[in-house]
Amino acid sequence: MTARDLTRLTALQMADGLAAGEFTSVELTQAHLDRIERLNPSLNAYLLVDAEGALATAANVDAARAAGEDLPRLAGVPVAVKDIACTRGLPTTAGSRMLEHFVPPYDATIVTRLKDARMPILGKTNMDEFAMGSSTEHSAFGPTRNPWDLERIPGGSGGGSSAAVAAYLAPLAIGSDTGGSIRQPAAVTGSVGVKPTYGAVSRYGIIALASSLDQIGPCARTVADAALLHEVLAGHDPMDSTSIDAPVPPVVAAATGTRDLTGLRVGVVKEIAREGYQEGVSRCFEEALQHLRDLGAQVVEVSCPHFVHAMAAYYLIQPSEASSNLARYDAMRYGSRTTPEGSPSAEQVMAASRDAAFGDEVKRRIILGTYALSSGYYDAYYGQAQKVRTLIAGDFTAAFEQADVLVSPTTPTTAFRIGDKLDDPMAMYLNDIATIPANLAGVPGMSIPSGVADEDGLPVGFQLLAPAMEDQRLYAVGAALEARLAEAQGGYVFEKAPEIEVQA
Amino acid sequence: MTATTDRTVPYADALTRYEPVMGLEVHVELSTATKMFCGCATEFGAEPNTQTCPVCLGLPGALPVVNRTAVESAIRIGLALNCRIAEWCRFARKNYFYPDMPKNFQTSQYDEPIAFDGWLDVEVPANEAGEPPFTFRVEIERAHMEEDTGKSTHVGGATGRIHGADYSVVDYNRAGIPLIEIVTKPLVGAGDRAPEVARAYVAALRDLLRALDVTHGRMEQGNIRCDANVSLMPIGSEVLGTRTETKNVNSLRSVERAVRYEITRHAAVLDAGEKVFQETRHWHEDTGITTAGRPKSDADDYRYFPEPDLVPVAPSREEVERLRATLPENPAERRKRLQGEWGFSDLEMRDVVNAGAVEVIEETVAAGASPAAARKWWTGDLARRANADGVAVTDLGVTPAHIAELDGLVTGGRLNDSMARQVMDGVVAGEGTPTQVADARGLELVQDDGALQAAVDKVIAANADVAEKIKGGKVQAAGALIGQVMKEMRGQADAAKARELILATLGVEG
Amino acid sequence: MSNLSRDDVAHVAMLARIQLEDHELDRLAGQLDQIVDWVGQINEVAAADVPPMSHPLPLVNVTRPDEVRPSLTQQQALANAPDPEGGRFGVPRILDEE
Ligand SMILES: [Mg+2]
Ligand SMILES: [Zn+2]
Repeated sequence: MTARDLTRLTALQMADGLAAGEFTSVELTQAHLDRIERLNPSLNAYLLVDAEGALATAANVDAARAAGEDLPRLAGVPVAVKDIACTRGLPTTAGSRMLEHFVPPYDATIVTRLKDARMPILGKTNMDEFAMGSSTEHSAFGPTRNPWDLERIPGGSGGGSSAAVAAYLAPLAIGSDTGGSIRQPAAVTGSVGVKPTYGAVSRYGIIALASSLDQIGPCARTVADAALLHEVLAGHDPMDSTSIDAPVPPVVAAATGTRDLTGLRVGVVKEIAREGYQEGVSRCFEEALQHLRDLGAQVVEVSCPHFVHAMAAYYLIQPSEASSNLARYDAMRYGSRTTPEGSPSAEQVMAASRDAAFGDEVKRRIILGTYALSSGYYDAYYGQAQKVRTLIAGDFTAAFEQADVLVSPTTPTTAFRIGDKLDDPMAMYLNDIATIPANLAGVPGMSIPSGVADEDGLPVGFQLLAPAMEDQRLYAVGAALEARLAEAQGGYVFEKAPEIEVQA
Repeated sequence: MTATTDRTVPYADALTRYEPVMGLEVHVELSTATKMFCGCATEFGAEPNTQTCPVCLGLPGALPVVNRTAVESAIRIGLALNCRIAEWCRFARKNYFYPDMPKNFQTSQYDEPIAFDGWLDVEVPANEAGEPPFTFRVEIERAHMEEDTGKSTHVGGATGRIHGADYSVVDYNRAGIPLIEIVTKPLVGAGDRAPEVARAYVAALRDLLRALDVTHGRMEQGNIRCDANVSLMPIGSEVLGTRTETKNVNSLRSVERAVRYEITRHAAVLDAGEKVFQETRHWHEDTGITTAGRPKSDADDYRYFPEPDLVPVAPSREEVERLRATLPENPAERRKRLQGEWGFSDLEMRDVVNAGAVEVIEETVAAGASPAAARKWWTGDLARRANADGVAVTDLGVTPAHIAELDGLVTGGRLNDSMARQVMDGVVAGEGTPTQVADARGLELVQDDGALQAAVDKVIAANADVAEKIKGGKVQAAGALIGQVMKEMRGQADAAKARELILATLGVEG
Repeated sequence: MSNLSRDDVAHVAMLARIQLEDHELDRLAGQLDQIVDWVGQINEVAAADVPPMSHPLPLVNVTRPDEVRPSLTQQQALANAPDPEGGRFGVPRILDEE
């Protein structure tokens, strides 16, 4: 098999090929490193490539396999890690100048799990600074470009991971989803992204954006691949107080099981599915619904009346928690220190360092969150947002009495052009209108590609939502729909991406 | 700075016009093995920044997990202070920037403390002015859990203090050590005894916390730190005055002095028709005054909100009752009970308490010694030895069992008091148990009356003049002869028996 | 209607320890006013009796035993410090005690 062929395999095929001795992990890893070297200058998906570390793990796995050792399913399959996860000895920036030179002395729990699964870590992927954004344009280290069209955004905040997966620079990647940062990038790059139930995956060592919303999850090209990575990542962690202490839902079994959806009730959420969407997005959505019906599902409309307030609640809760989580970046113990002229006080050095090292979007949200928590405003803003959160969770509970899964388009539009919304924060925020309710309620969500919009030839995402702890439903329905779409469309959506032109 | 220009009025004078109102906030460092939210050790005096981890350094991505023992300690403290224990409460973030606080928020509790609405009865002793002892009930507002900050050392400048320093260096070993903050309700009605009440409260609280075994309780090491709020109300008024908060008053004596000083300073401000400025004050141990610190300002907008990285604490009622069953007797009540059992006078009991010898005497009595002997040894001979060596009385190597054994040797007639002290020399020197020392040193009262009679006869013969005086009725002159008899016997005689024999030989009634 | 004046933004930025320059303040103030205006719509949504939800999980009493775990070495702790000195973190002069 050629190196190009190796990178085109699904993670499942890679795992099987490695197990069958068809190729080695070093070959597989090197194939990805070669492709990264060629294409990353155009895409800027990776902020850091750890060729040495990845090849060492690969060689180790190959030796173990040769020695007949029993290995985990994904042993030797490479993975990319969003630069939001701390990696011991490898710089971890969260896309910020503030942490440009920060080298963590510890691994995030999920990084330990990847290492325990013996997966070579290719490098760290680009992201909006501290995960604040929907386009990866807010990275301090330059935007990531969408493999479908280099002039367009790959989504955000996890645009580096989605672009890496979509461009075959990694079969699998880690994402973090606070308001849609896994699902929205998956949608606009024609890949699969899953936000598990809140608490299903440890947050220990993940640079926090908003603690009560953040969730780590898999990025992949297929639903089954996502399931394999999901099972590596998920599970109880005593280092995270909000980690669920219960068995991981059987997501791999669900993703590889029956394609028959007879009896399944699919709820279309009126408030996030029918209005204000790009034409091609709506068309792909309606087609996907028809495919679900064809698979035996019953499609019903449900109403979640408080979802219209989800955006406002989210843009109070998330900045509030972020303003506190990001207070530690004061350049006293670590981080980029800026010392003004004269003999400045600690207070002045903190304020100057934070001004110099934070980008505009981070400053906007810190100020917004500080304001929402400040004395005299707490009840009207943060307190009120938390009540709305209760109402949204109640909407979900009611909706899940009528339907087993809820669906919507993942995003209102396909990938927009780089620069288009940079100076209009409000327009940028509205990208996450369909993804945010799941974060507020803590329920799991998935985006799979459902087709390509006629008007621009760009991929469209289809969102599935399930009740908390029922992540396997997403995988069962997602895999069935994915297979049906591939049949109907003559291949997977991600295969339709044009070959990337290498910049001169 | 206005430090030295603050006016004060004489204390007694102030009290004729104003009623002091106090609020005391005490921070207690728990003696858990690990920190509040991480597994780092809490050893005092370790090399700087060797007891830190991603969590307590506030590194990116680190998350807190609550120390179970700290929660149990908080509940036990709440119960001992007669508080109600929350059925459900949360941690909250108190947001403010400060270099010794790694996350720039303190994980604390806000409107949902683990314990609330309690009280502690405080015995205020008689004072030098001759005012009598009395009991004051301190109402407890709340006790909540939080974490300590790191420790800054200020470098450069003339004073080594924070003002004028060139820069500071920070050690985060202390950052994250569990604290319980205990806040009183406003204390009114103590009048001129208010500063004494403050001191007695902190002392009683310290004793209670030590008895609970939840803190090392060393104020000099900062295990217990007190902030004293003081305001004055014109007598007859019911309107609370503006308060000041004097921070970090860290000895019992300072608590009393700082409150007293603030009363005299506030009175001077109010007398001049001015307003007390709401601010924090710094206490200066050396000069006995407070100076202005930070005014209350916008910086006090702490933006509290529920800590999203932690889940609520909801102690079951069974758990609370299980912890209640582990509470020791209240130290003040216990002292009263023991004083009665031991038959000590108030003065004797105070000596025992001041010597920190209550527990050891209790153990010594339990081992079989009489309370009087136990007290005499531990607060007398042994206290002097410990003092001379600069060690604690319990660190001399002498055990309650040793004392009980020695007391048995005395009451059993084998040793007299001076021999017992010689035996103690040997025990302290590590020569063995009292019996072993007495055997090895050949210390034993001579039980042979013949030898003693011979010595008596010899001494009477040599001191005919004294013998005549005794016969003439000056019985107290026998003392001179006893000494000589003891000398003849090389100390190995019972002095009382020698006296008896001298008098009998001379035909005098004792 | 303006919810958030330029002075308000400057004040909140001070609370958040961000020393905004004048031109940044001009730019951010307008945007923030618009955003606050928009999120403010939430004000009338929930009735007083709706309980606030601060967390998606109904967990309580997650604790750990009081057992010592290894700490970082002093060298590891200080590895990212901008200005370490004698095993401690060097910080600029501190204005007042908290
Ligand atoms: Mg406090
Ligand atoms: Zn620690």
